[in-house]
Amino acid sequence: MASVEHSDGQSLSGGEGVRRRDFINIAAVSFAGVGAVVVALPLIDQMNPSADVLALASTEVDLSAIQPGQAIKTTFRSQPLFVRQLTPAEIAEADKVDPSTLRDPQTLEERTVDGKKQWLITMGVCTHLGCVPLGAGEGENRGEFGGYFCPCHGSSYDTAARIRKGPAPKNLEVPKFSFTSDTAILVG
Amino acid sequence: MSFPWAEHYTPKHPLMQWVDEKLPLPRLVYNAIGAGYPVPRNLNYFWNFGVLAGVALVIQIVTGVIMAMHYGANDLVAFSTVEQTMRDVNAGWLMRYAHANGASFFFIVVYLHIFRGLYFGSYKAPREMVWLLGLVIFLLMMATAFMGYVLPWGQMSYWGAKVITGLFGAIPVVGEPIQTWLLGGFAPGNASLNRFFSLHFLLPFVIAGVIILHIWALHIPGSSNPTGVEVQGPQDTVPFHPYYTAKDGFGVGVFLILFTAVLFFAPNYLGHPDNYIEANPLSTPAHIVPEWYFWPFYAILRAFTVDFFFVPAKLLGVLAMFASILLLFFLPWLDTSPVRSGHYRPMFRKFFWILIIDVLVLGYCGGAPAEEPYVMISQLFAGYYFAHFLIILPLIARFEKPLPLPGSITESVLAKYAKADGETAAVPAE
Amino acid sequence: MVRIGAFLVGLFFAGWLFVSFLVGAYSYVTEPPAKTVEHEFHLAPKHVSFSFDGPFGKYDQRQLQRGFQVFKEVCSACHSLKFVAFRDLEALGYNEAEVKAIAKQWAIKTPSVDPATGEPATRDPVPADHFPKPFANNVAAAAANNNAIPPDLSLMTKARHHGTAYVYSLLTGFQEQPAELLKKFPDSKTPEGLHYNPYFANLNLAMAPPLSADGQVTYSDGTNPTVDQMAQDVSAFLTWTAEPKLENRRAAGLATIIFLLIATGLAYMSYKNIWADKKKAA
Repeated sequence: MASVEHSDGQSLSGGEGVRRRDFINIAAVSFAGVGAVVVALPLIDQMNPSADVLALASTEVDLSAIQPGQAIKTTFRSQPLFVRQLTPAEIAEADKVDPSTLRDPQTLEERTVDGKKQWLITMGVCTHLGCVPLGAGEGENRGEFGGYFCPCHGSSYDTAARIRKGPAPKNLEVPKFSFTSDTAILVG
Repeated sequence: MSFPWAEHYTPKHPLMQWVDEKLPLPRLVYNAIGAGYPVPRNLNYFWNFGVLAGVALVIQIVTGVIMAMHYGANDLVAFSTVEQTMRDVNAGWLMRYAHANGASFFFIVVYLHIFRGLYFGSYKAPREMVWLLGLVIFLLMMATAFMGYVLPWGQMSYWGAKVITGLFGAIPVVGEPIQTWLLGGFAPGNASLNRFFSLHFLLPFVIAGVIILHIWALHIPGSSNPTGVEVQGPQDTVPFHPYYTAKDGFGVGVFLILFTAVLFFAPNYLGHPDNYIEANPLSTPAHIVPEWYFWPFYAILRAFTVDFFFVPAKLLGVLAMFASILLLFFLPWLDTSPVRSGHYRPMFRKFFWILIIDVLVLGYCGGAPAEEPYVMISQLFAGYYFAHFLIILPLIARFEKPLPLPGSITESVLAKYAKADGETAAVPAE
Repeated sequence: MVRIGAFLVGLFFAGWLFVSFLVGAYSYVTEPPAKTVEHEFHLAPKHVSFSFDGPFGKYDQRQLQRGFQVFKEVCSACHSLKFVAFRDLEALGYNEAEVKAIAKQWAIKTPSVDPATGEPATRDPVPADHFPKPFANNVAAAAANNNAIPPDLSLMTKARHHGTAYVYSLLTGFQEQPAELLKKFPDSKTPEGLHYNPYFANLNLAMAPPLSADGQVTYSDGTNPTVDQMAQDVSAFLTWTAEPKLENRRAAGLATIIFLLIATGLAYMSYKNIWADKKKAA
């Protein structure tokens, strides 16, 4: 695009005409500028998730095979998702903690759905630097608080997947989800 | 650089002074395409096409880099990643159509730029190097366009790759090994696709580099002009900025209107339907043609149908096709007329228009099926093409009587305005 | 030296091309190339008009829905539509639940893996899936269709010249081989198992007439399902599958060109302004 600075209008013949001429030059350059900005929008937008990626933005999970005390690791938006059925003992342990003493104060109720407190659905992404914590698989180290343990820098999460020790700043994220039936959830 | 009366760069703002001391890049730009470059005052609209070619290259690089973000250079997925870009990526259809049609418009602009040079004798001394570098850019563009056309991996992509690499197979003895080496296999495949993608990404930046040399070489003698008379003093020139930046701004606007009209309302008009069929090595399209900008050369390739003693017709076709481009490198030494501009060369001008018609007819025949009468027509017109550059131009230079040249650029401009004033004296001033 | 060399090279190329021309012309006169049966009997697509014709035309959603129904009930048994996803059908006016139901009830299932055994299995498609292919691979497709592989239809209307009219013409163009053809080209009788259609490139295609009788589908919007109507509707649908962004493209184009006309007009005035003094000086 041509850039015509209005100061060049000064070299034009003087008198009444100069202002109008300056105005046209400014208008032309402004239009070019507006055009460039508008063109930039699709150029930027193309890097956003495409329609096929967004179509996979929700995942259905079947809960029927998960026994109390067990967890499964599945994927949601190309990241690990932990789905765990808590045992009554684990629920009691989580409820015992005074939330105000926690780094990221939340109760188990706030992290689960009403009436289905045993279903703990969290992302399997450590809030420190994004490693996948251990504890969802059979026999994995669940850390000193009995939830999840991140081997990268030693963050320990409790049975409600709240951060209790180590560098992670937040509890494991609970994604948006809803029960589509008693034994199935839709995440996302 | 260039003329002694060129304006000098004097940064006013302290920050610009500071930058200019450490890295005189603003100065370079100022002298190259700013007020510091004096340009003949009489350039017509045909002198817009150099800048337009630059604009087209920028469009291609921007949309091309974006296409590469969504493209999978693998023969199993290439076609479907392009389709996915068209359907699912935000504004992906826009990027893809802009890139595909941008290539066509790049060639339109460059062909007009080349023919401007041919008519106005821009290739003559002292601008031979400008011409030679321009031809290098043209060759690089052809290679880039060819490889880019292979990437969507449609039927024309595949068979175009096969036919064009097959040209090298015509070379005696080493031909077949060269063809296999180019393809990385015995037929176009994943290896070919990957290397074409890599080179297709690289070459535009090489083109950008050669463009810098092209402009550099141009700035040594300064721009030519429609009279072909060299600049004699400050009265003959105006600073590039704002005079030609303003004119180029208008030219870019017109270019974008035409480009977007095709891009948004007929995006597949310049393409071939067969390229919307995924590549199939087992089935050849009824009628293989390259993209339109290669048609004249394709017609020359196919015009050779008779063996010359021990030289097979196929090899002759390949040699002639390359010769048809390479001969342009010799043009500054073939056309020895001291007069540059076609305006003052009556004989040259007639033959120039015959050449234009000749190339258009060749283009038409190149896009037509390889049947009679198209082959016979191509033979006659390809014959003229070679005769024009290699025989007729040198002869014209020897025998033509040029018209009297104006004494200077300013003189020709004054004559033009005097004439225009006489005709439209009644028009009120704006 | 350059000019002498050039002269010789030019003489050689031009001369040999002229010789080639004479050889070609001689054989053209002595043995004129025979007209092929395709030259004489192949027809250009019929003229047919659609709501999306012209630079500002738009798709007719009801027609696309009818066309989709024809595709579903007739074409999809043999032809894939692999670049289109069920979720794309929302552009036809179906809501999210309807799309979900269409996907779930689709006759062809999406290949998957049995989670217990790892054996190949199938599942109901979901909106995010592309239309599943009717045949697992080309070999299966060829085996089931008299050795002819039914092409994918996603891009069919862009993969042929005048594609929309071509699909319509092909669907309505099946006929008996003209007696005149057999008289002129006795060897060109339509082979067993193929079907004569003058709109097809080589006149005989493996596909049997897919739309054979009026009322083959039942339209829920009350449109009379004549063969002609069904052919138009499915051609419109396949135009949409090939170019789903057509309406966005035209709207964006209109805005862009209006903007550019104004901007270029301003650029022209600015150019004339800046040059005004130079012209006066003259």
